[in-house]
Amino acid sequence: MTLEPYLLYALAGVGLFAIGLYALIVRTHLLRQILALNVMGSGVFLFLVAIAYRAEPVADPVPQAMVLTGIVVSVCATGLALALAHGVQATTGKIVLPQSDESGA
Amino acid sequence: MTLWDTTPWLVWSILLPLIAGILTFLFRRAAPWIGIATALGSAVSVAGLTAQVMHSGPLRYSVGGWGVPLGIDVRADGLSVLMLVMSAVIGVAVSVYAAQYFSDADAADEHADQAHQRAYFWPLWMFLLAGLNGLFLAADIFHLYVTLELLGFSAVSLAALAGKRAALVAAMRYLLVSLTGSLFFLFGVAILYAAYATVDLTALAGSVLPGPLAWAALAMMTVGLLIKGAVFPLHFWLPPAHANAPAPVSALLSALVVKASFYILLRLWFELFSAVVTPAAGTLLGLLGAGAILWGSLQALNQSRLKLLVAYSTVAQLGYLMLVFPLARNADSAFTAWSACIYFVLAHACAKTAMFLAAGNIAHAAGHDRIAELDGITHALPLSVAAFSLAGISLIGLPPSGGFIAKWMLLQAAISSGEWGWATLILAGSLLAAAYVLRVLWHAFTQVEVARPLHRVPRTMEWSALALSLLAVLLGLMAAQPVKLLHIGAPMSVHAPGQL
Repeated sequence: MTLEPYLLYALAGVGLFAIGLYALIVRTHLLRQILALNVMGSGVFLFLVAIAYRAEPVADPVPQAMVLTGIVVSVCATGLALALAHGVQATTGKIVLPQSDESGA
Repeated sequence: MTLWDTTPWLVWSILLPLIAGILTFLFRRAAPWIGIATALGSAVSVAGLTAQVMHSGPLRYSVGGWGVPLGIDVRADGLSVLMLVMSAVIGVAVSVYAAQYFSDADAADEHADQAHQRAYFWPLWMFLLAGLNGLFLAADIFHLYVTLELLGFSAVSLAALAGKRAALVAAMRYLLVSLTGSLFFLFGVAILYAAYATVDLTALAGSVLPGPLAWAALAMMTVGLLIKGAVFPLHFWLPPAHANAPAPVSALLSALVVKASFYILLRLWFELFSAVVTPAAGTLLGLLGAGAILWGSLQALNQSRLKLLVAYSTVAQLGYLMLVFPLARNADSAFTAWSACIYFVLAHACAKTAMFLAAGNIAHAAGHDRIAELDGITHALPLSVAAFSLAGISLIGLPPSGGFIAKWMLLQAAISSGEWGWATLILAGSLLAAAYVLRVLWHAFTQVEVARPLHRVPRTMEWSALALSLLAVLLGLMAAQPVKLLHIGAPMSVHAPGQL
């Protein structure tokens, strides 16, 4: 049995998602965590594009539209996350989240 | 047919706050008035929609006339209407409160922050309302993802509004968690599309069958929503995020935002995946709920700050919602358990908003919210302490409150299907809730003769808290109407014995 090309891309998407999730959990630097979320997002997008590619003879436009929407959302998310990370660094002096902060400053 | 009957109210309930979000951003001076007017306008649209759904059953509307599969549809049934009514009522009360809260001149110590908070609260809150209404009306799972993100972004920004170190750290953690949850959900959407080539909720509900892809999608989406819904043990981000926000924001986050994830969970488990879910999976979610009730209540008992106590109480109360999944397995008690949980959502929303607003008044007057130092606050703020107590009655589940009816229906479902373990848990949770509510009241009612300097609290801030707490108590007396509304489009047979 040969591996269909779309399946290869879909599995690569799953792999990217897993790598991103691993980094999100293991890393503490906020920039790395934000990058990790972007890698996870790219994994989902690759998966969606692979599904679209599967259709014959032309690609299915619906997953592609989802990817476009998803990219817009992820740009907004990254912008918001960077702004907040900047705020965290400005107020705590560090670019990592403190371990326990429930009682507040 | 009059204009009132034919207006597509469901679209207006999304459009109005969306427009107001832009207007409040542009015209900052008029923002509170635009905000209150929009909250009222949104409530009117929801009232119109409620009348339409009660008259002619579940509704569906193709935005722009495009229709599936190209366009976006919105739809409304009993469950979504009830959720919309909840957000409309809470929205009006919180808007009235916030107009006063953010404009009060002698508001504590933060002069510069105050203007900043006032400028950004209204646009963010309007976008939050638009996201929320859109989510409750979504007819497909990708639209659910988009509205979930819209909701998440405005919620995170609102949580960061205070601008202090603790608030920023909490909001950052909230954002990371919320994005992770959304990506899990989106992956689930992608898997479902891969398997069934549609994202429409109704079409999927008819075609999803047990299989590896369906299980993977269910697992991914459920995990994502459990993260976003702060279900134990994934609740760690909620207490700091909710407790460090300004009072009206805490109320919105605790009463409405976390409920959105639960609403999607209900849609997925009872409609979309009803053929896929197994009893064991339901038990697992129920056990998570049990953990949330016990752990959240114990943590609430342990807190020294009032707002953190109220936030941990949210963690505990969210646990009750998870009990619907094990209790609805028995076909006879399914509708009772399902409607009990939705009633629980309503009662908790009113009670928790009242509690956070009252806690905000207390913190505003005393300048701090350390529980141990609240002695004698009753003298200064009788109305707020009354609101806190009445909300507490509903959280504990004493008659005749909404919380009582919800727990009563849950118990009924548990006992009629012989689930004594869950019944015991429901009662134990009530005792724990009583303990943490009384702990606050014990301090508040202590008679002391120290005249501490207290800030004045505007009347409207006290009254809006009291009005919602009264509603939380009165919900118990008018349970028949909401339950009747839930019959419309319910995903299971509604013949349940022992109806209210």
